[in-house]
Amino acid sequence: MTRAATARRGSAARLGLMALPVAFFAVFFAYPVTAIVARGLKTDGTWQLGRFADVLAQPDVRQVLWFTTWQALVSTALTLLVALPGAYVLARFDFPGKQVLRAVVTVPFVLPTVVVGTAFMALVGRGGLLDELWGVRLDTTVWAILLAHVFFNYAVVVRTVGGLWSQLDPRQEEAARMLGASRFTAWRTVTLPALAPAVAAAALMVFLFTFTSFGVVQILGGPTFSTLEVEIYRQTSEIFDLSTAAVLTMIQFVAVGAILALHAWTVRRRETALRLVDAAVTARRPRGAGQWALLAGVVATVAGLLLLPLAVLVQRSFAGAGLGHYRALTQEDGGVFLVPPIEAVGNSLRYALAATAIAVLIGGLASVALTRRDAGRLVRGFDALLMLPLGVSAVTVGFGFLIALDEPPLDLRASWILVPLAQALVGVPFVVRTMLPVLRAVDVRLREAAAVLGASPWRAWREVDLPLVRRALLIAAGFAFAVSLGEFGATVFIARPDNPTLPVAVARLLGRPGDLNYGQAMALSTILMIVCAVALLVLERLRTDRTGEF
Amino acid sequence: MLLSLEGATVRFGGRTVLDAVDLAVAEHEIVCVLGPSGSGKSTLLRAVAGLQPLDSGRVRLDGRDQSGVPAHRRGVGLMFQDHQLFPQRDVGGNVSFGLRMHGASRREQSDRVRELLDLVGLPGAAGRAVAALSGGEQQRVALARALAPSPRLLMLDEPLGQLDRSLRERLVVELRDLFGRLGTTVLAVTHDQGEAFALADRVVVMRDGRIAQSGSPLEVWQRPADAFVARFLGFENVVEATVGDGVAVTPWGKVPVPDDAPRGTRTLLVRPAGVRLVPADEGLPCTVAARTFRGTHVAVHLQPDDGPRLEAACALRAAPDAGDRVGVAFEAAEIAVLGGGLAP
Repeated sequence: MTRAATARRGSAARLGLMALPVAFFAVFFAYPVTAIVARGLKTDGTWQLGRFADVLAQPDVRQVLWFTTWQALVSTALTLLVALPGAYVLARFDFPGKQVLRAVVTVPFVLPTVVVGTAFMALVGRGGLLDELWGVRLDTTVWAILLAHVFFNYAVVVRTVGGLWSQLDPRQEEAARMLGASRFTAWRTVTLPALAPAVAAAALMVFLFTFTSFGVVQILGGPTFSTLEVEIYRQTSEIFDLSTAAVLTMIQFVAVGAILALHAWTVRRRETALRLVDAAVTARRPRGAGQWALLAGVVATVAGLLLLPLAVLVQRSFAGAGLGHYRALTQEDGGVFLVPPIEAVGNSLRYALAATAIAVLIGGLASVALTRRDAGRLVRGFDALLMLPLGVSAVTVGFGFLIALDEPPLDLRASWILVPLAQALVGVPFVVRTMLPVLRAVDVRLREAAAVLGASPWRAWREVDLPLVRRALLIAAGFAFAVSLGEFGATVFIARPDNPTLPVAVARLLGRPGDLNYGQAMALSTILMIVCAVALLVLERLRTDRTGEF
Repeated sequence: MLLSLEGATVRFGGRTVLDAVDLAVAEHEIVCVLGPSGSGKSTLLRAVAGLQPLDSGRVRLDGRDQSGVPAHRRGVGLMFQDHQLFPQRDVGGNVSFGLRMHGASRREQSDRVRELLDLVGLPGAAGRAVAALSGGEQQRVALARALAPSPRLLMLDEPLGQLDRSLRERLVVELRDLFGRLGTTVLAVTHDQGEAFALADRVVVMRDGRIAQSGSPLEVWQRPADAFVARFLGFENVVEATVGDGVAVTPWGKVPVPDDAPRGTRTLLVRPAGVRLVPADEGLPCTVAARTFRGTHVAVHLQPDDGPRLEAACALRAAPDAGDRVGVAFEAAEIAVLGGGLAP
């Protein structure tokens, strides 16, 4: 076999693997987003690019852009400040209950934004815990949003930075000490530079999530605070100003593209040139009062910042009515829904399962294609492209679905599959990020060993790769499931009124006055939280430190 | 010929890793490719296995051109340098892997696994996890796995590379005995000359992607093809000389050579055993620079008053101390005139 023939065969195989993911993204992402942008910016067949200047000239739009940016910056800085000690403690210390702590800090990340918003309402809002105890209310201030963002993204920093930190060889620092560096100098000159790309990658991820924050700001922001994403939602569904929405969508698209490009660059730097060891050998018991105090501080932070809001949420769901709010969920009240709210549980599970299946199929195929050794620049570009749905306005995608997928052969408006398709779009990046590092870590010579023993390429993949990545696949599926379950921005547009999902039902209940509605929202959020937490705790049993970037 | 390579060439970027290599291996023959790291010997194995496509030339097995035949249809076995045992399977699962790929029944698989584990000296290990094995045991499992599908050609990449010396010396004898009994055709690569000489019927020395010499272990040892092979085998007394009638002119003065030696400007190899120590006022005057204990003898490094250093092999008791003044005489029987150019 000559080299040229081999190369041809390799690229043919890759094209085959890529075909489905590319088609999926073209039809269910690029097409709807383009369609809605065109609807807003194209009149009589010509692009109205002058709208950009008009929209950007509006003071309230500038206000939104400014707020979106600075709250994302402050949220990112706060998250790093609060979470880096946690990353250190979980990476380098060995203590009883470590696994539990690790699981607990991850729970918020997979919680639906609506639940997070609701939980903070219950903690710092009107009639919330702090209000009752000390008369402190934060729901009219930006602090509620910032705290919720820290709550939400704590795990991103702990996972990304801590994961690497636990694998850095401590002997590197010891070598610096032997050459005369003090403990701090050794850390600053050896460990910190090694960690910097991971910290940068985590910071960019947090910035991305907070820059595009929707559910949290929608619930906690009130009329005063509005991010780009919330503004796009308002322009689209309340004011029906599609051209302003389209301009804002494009602005967000460019910003997210820039963030993702930076992120891809830092991740590539992180993948190179580090000496990594098994995480199990780097952790040891805390020594001395200082280290125990640090551990205690981290545990207290986790308890106060991550557990307390959730506990208050659960408490509020029972407050004053016992199981009354839960019972009310099973009854039709005629106003908010056409069906008893509890049916949202079944809907959500069905949708999320379908979305998970789609996300695993699409993300799995894309990951395998991206793993191939001969992957070139084009493929790397596709890698970054797969991340886009994380940051492109979910509201835009949802509304785009409605206006783009309404003609044969793609008339899906009436089909139940619309919701899972939109949710799968957000799930795919998680599947790819989880699978890719594991697939890349499979030694290519194991595949070769299988080949010389008579296994065809497909058989070698099934016999060698699949057993090694099965856990990663399950974890990816779990993440996709949790993310789909909590997806709000797109689903709120396309879920039919008689088939609401859990987050949509919660948002609708919160949007109505009255203690019963509030209590029901808390009860439904509690159910949603429990479903997500259970999914995550199952995953945590499967996880190893080496798995994935999230 | 079971295996023949004709002009096999592989380039990585601008570097030619295999340069028009011709090599033939007969059935039941054990051939060992010997060379320093980077000489292209692993690439040679990968090319035969079908894991590394050729840029030009061809590989034939049983006379049939293997171009376009993928690795899994070539019917050759390869034992990887670091074993590459499948971590998620136990010992039995690893050994039976090739049998499963060839569609053997469960019954045949378990019989063959038992047979092979007995053969490599690990009876009853089928249920053990590969992570729990020692280096030597992993080696044996890798060998059993490669042998299980009865490949027509078995290739070994640094088969004993990572083992400690005593285990290596014992295993190499076991391997040669085993391959002899099974009649296996073997192509092995190693950088360790001791291993190559002990294992092979024929040794092939590689340098920079080309074959520098091919011959029986005795031939290669006694008559290295050129200065490179001589130095790679560990000989240090290699110099340029003008060979005349029974005598050669060297930087060390006149040295006797065998009568049948070719004349002219040549490369001369003086084996350490051919450097005889005599009293200081006889022969070539030298100072003892250093002495190295080698177990059976002492290697004495000599600095002649004029000319490059010399290494001599001395009996333990007769060895002089560093700094002593000695004389050197040469023995024609331990001196060889080599072909090829002079090594730098």
